[in-house]
Amino acid sequence: MSQPAQARGGDSPLVEAAGIWKRYGTTIALQDAGIVVRPGRTHALVGRNGAGKSTMVAILTGLQSPDAGTVAFDAVPAPAISDRDAWRSKVACVFQKSTIIPELSVAENLFLNRHALGRGPVISWRSLRREARALLDAWDVEVGADRRAGDLTVEQRQLVEIARALSFETRFIILDEPTAQLDGPAIKRLFARMRALQERGVTFLYISHHLEEIYQVCDEVTVFRDARHIVTGDVADLGPTDVVAAMTGDATALISREPRPPVPSSVPEVLAVDELVVPAAEGGLAEAPPVSFSVRAGEVVGLAGGGGSGKREVAESVVGLRKPRHGTITVDGTRLRPGSVPAALDARVGLLPQDRHQQGFVPGLSISENITMTVPEQLGPHGTVLPSRRDRIARRLIDALAVKTPGPELDVAALSGGNQQKVVMGRALANDPRLLVLIQPTAGVDVRSKETLLSVVDDVRARGSAVLVASDELDDLRTCDRVLVMFQGRVVREFAAGWDDHELIAAMEGIES
Amino acid sequence: MSSTQVHPATEDVAPRAGLAGRAPAMAKLRDLALVPAIIAIAVVGYVVNPVFLASSNLVNILQTMSEIGLLVLAQTLVLVAGKMDLSLESTFGLAPGVAAWMIVAPGATHGLGVLPGWAGVPLTLLVGVLVGVINGLLIVRFKLNGFVVTLGMLIVLRGLLTGISGGQTFFGLPASMLYLGTHLWFGVPVEVYLCFLLFAVGIGVLGYTRQGRSLYAIGGNVDAARAAGIRTDRILAGVLIVASTLAALGGLMLSGRLASVAAAQGNGAIFTVFAAAVIGGVSLNGGKGTVFGAFTGILLLYMIQNVLTLAGVPAQWISALNGAIILVALIVSRITSGKAQE
Repeated sequence: MSQPAQARGGDSPLVEAAGIWKRYGTTIALQDAGIVVRPGRTHALVGRNGAGKSTMVAILTGLQSPDAGTVAFDAVPAPAISDRDAWRSKVACVFQKSTIIPELSVAENLFLNRHALGRGPVISWRSLRREARALLDAWDVEVGADRRAGDLTVEQRQLVEIARALSFETRFIILDEPTAQLDGPAIKRLFARMRALQERGVTFLYISHHLEEIYQVCDEVTVFRDARHIVTGDVADLGPTDVVAAMTGDATALISREPRPPVPSSVPEVLAVDELVVPAAEGGLAEAPPVSFSVRAGEVVGLAGGGGSGKREVAESVVGLRKPRHGTITVDGTRLRPGSVPAALDARVGLLPQDRHQQGFVPGLSISENITMTVPEQLGPHGTVLPSRRDRIARRLIDALAVKTPGPELDVAALSGGNQQKVVMGRALANDPRLLVLIQPTAGVDVRSKETLLSVVDDVRARGSAVLVASDELDDLRTCDRVLVMFQGRVVREFAAGWDDHELIAAMEGIES
Repeated sequence: MSSTQVHPATEDVAPRAGLAGRAPAMAKLRDLALVPAIIAIAVVGYVVNPVFLASSNLVNILQTMSEIGLLVLAQTLVLVAGKMDLSLESTFGLAPGVAAWMIVAPGATHGLGVLPGWAGVPLTLLVGVLVGVINGLLIVRFKLNGFVVTLGMLIVLRGLLTGISGGQTFFGLPASMLYLGTHLWFGVPVEVYLCFLLFAVGIGVLGYTRQGRSLYAIGGNVDAARAAGIRTDRILAGVLIVASTLAALGGLMLSGRLASVAAAQGNGAIFTVFAAAVIGGVSLNGGKGTVFGAFTGILLLYMIQNVLTLAGVPAQWISALNGAIILVALIVSRITSGKAQE
C-alpha cells in the first residue's frame, strides 16, 4: 500500500497523510483518513473524543505506523518508524502532558541525551548552558536556562518544549490542546508567539476543543468524525456552525440559552458565603479582600475568572476541599465546618473538581465504585457495600448522564475524557445535591459531552437546587442567571444573564470598562 | 483526548448486556491466577514425597504459614491504601516480647514478673495498637514519608526488643499466650482457624464495606478520594493501627507455638511478606490487589518451601533457594496474570 506521494509544484504540502487506516483490535481508529498541511498555514484538527485525532497525531509523529496509507513530508515518504532521529527532524509534538523532567534544569531538558561534551564522554556543563541560552534567545523564550524545569509555569514549559522541538531543525510542530491549562492572557501570548514563529517559517498543526481559538489563530481547519476525514477548508469559508455540524454529524447550534428572569429575592438562599478569605493559590496573591455572595434556590451563579483569579479557591472552600482563613459558608442555614468535605456532603453539596485526573476519579476502580463514592451510606446496611445495590445506583446515573460504557463494572480509566467527566459529574449528583459546585466542568471534553454536562445544570436548577459554576469558559457561564467576575482574588463585576461576551472577557482579564 | 489513544476501543462501544455480566467474573479469575500454580506444586510435592499430602504435613504447612500470613494480611491492607509498613516484622517480635518481659518471673531470663499471666494477650495487642498509633501520628498527622518512618520504626522496635530481653530469649510464657499456638481443635491448631477467619474477614471488609473500598480509592487516587468525602487521614491512620495489631497477633501466635520469644523473632520476615503480597497480585503502588490474592501468594511460598524440605535440600541452601523461589514465583504470576507488576 506504499504509494509514493505525488510530486507537486510550488505549493507542495509540508505534510501529507493519505488513505490512512489504523485498527486497534476490533476498533477502527482511522478509516481512509488523511490530512494535508501546507507550509506556513496553521492548520487546525478538530473532532469529538474518539474521532481519531490522537491516532492521527501518533501516526504523524511516527509513534505508531498506519496499517495502510502513506505519510510524506515535503513530498518525500516518511522515514522508517524505527528511525527516531529522522522523525524528530521532521515533526515535533507538544503533548498535553508535559515531557519535561521536573528535577533537571531547563538547559539539560533542552539537550537531554545530546549534552554538549567536553573531553571524552564528560559533559561540559558550561557549553551546555551556553547552547541552551543561545537556543532560548534565538526563539525569544525568556526563561532562565539554569532554572529547575519543575518550577516553570505551564506556559513557560510549553515554550521550552517548543524551543526544544525547533532545535531539532523541525519546522512542523503539533500542539495538542496547548491551551487546556492556560489562562486568558497566557493563551493570548501563545497565539502571538505562534504568529511570530509562523512568520519565521514554522508551521503548526493545532488541536483543540475550543472552536473560537481556531478562528483566532488558524488558517485552515480539518474535521474528523468517527475515524474518518469529513471536511477541510479555509477558516474563512467554514464557519463555527459548519465545523460543529461536521463534528457532530448533524447541525447543532452552539450552546445558547434564552435569558431567564432573575430569581426573585424572596426565594431563600441555599448558599451564603460571608466575608470569605481564602489562602493564596500556589505562587498566587499575597492578600485578597474578603468575598461575599449568595446563591438562591433554583439559581445558577457563575464565578468567572482566569487562572489565579481566586475562583477555584473560593469554589473549593465552599465544598470543604480548602480551609478558608476566615469567613463563613452557610448551606441551607447550616454553617459548614471549614475545610471538611464530609460536612459539605452531609449538607448535600456536590462537587465536580477542577481536574478530573487529579481529584475526580480513581483509575483502576470501576465506574460503579467511582460514581457512588460520595454516597457510601446508600450502598448497604451497617457500613457494608452490596455490589448489586451499588451497581443499581450506578446504572441510574450512567443512564441519566448517557455515559458510553458496556456496563458499570468497566474500569473508569478505560473511558474517553468526556465520559470520565460524566462519571465525575455522576459522583457529584449521586447524593441529590442541594448545592452543586462545578469547577471548569467542560475542560477537555467533546461538544456532545459538553452539552450533556451543561444540561445537568438545567436539570438541577429546575429541581430547585442551587448551582455554582466556577469557569472561564463562556459556554459554561451561559447557563448562569448571573455571573460574578473575579480578578486577582476580588469580585470585580457582576453581570446579569444576557451579558455581552466581550465585556465579560474584558472583566475577566482585568480590563476596566 | 489522550485516553482515546490508549483505549481507542471504548469510545464507540454500544452498551451490551453480555459484557456487563462478564466483568466481575474476570475480576474473580484474576484472583485465582495462582491456583493452577498451587495445584501444580501440590502434584510435584506428592511426586517428590507422598508425605506431602499427609494431613499432618498439610497442617504443618498451614500452621507455619498462619503467623507470617497475618503479616501478609496486614501488609496487604497497608499496600492497598498506597502505603508501606516495614515495621510490621519488628512489631511481630516486640509485642509478645513486651508481654513476656512484664509477665515472666525474673531469674533465667530478663523478665520483670510484674503482671499476672492473663495480661499476656491484651498486653501484646496493646503494644500492637500503640505502634500503629505512633506510625499513624508520624505518617498521617505529621506527614512524614511512610517508607522511612516505618524503616526507622523497624530498627527502633527491634532495638527495644533486644534491649528488654538483653538479646536473649524469653521462656516460661503464661498459658494464655501459648493457647493460640499450641491448643488443637479437631487436631488443628487454633492459630490456623484464626488465620483463616481473619483472612475471610479481610476479604469481606475489603470487598464489601465502605472502609474497605475507601482503601482502594485512597490507594488509587488520594485527592479524588478526599474530594469524594472520604476521611482519608482517619482511614490511613486506622489501617496502620489495624496492621500493627495484626502483626502483634501474628507474633503472639508464633510465640505460643515456640513457647518463647526470641530477640530476633520476625527478623527479616518483611521481605517474604512483600514477596507474598506482590506474587499474590497486590500492587506496591497502591489501589490494586485483593486479600484472597495475597493469601494464595503466601500459601504458594510456604508450599514450595515445604516441598524443598521434603526433597531433602540441605538446610544451608534453603535461604538461597527461598530467594530464588520468590523470583520464580514472581515470574510465574507475571505469566499467569499476563499483567505487568508495579
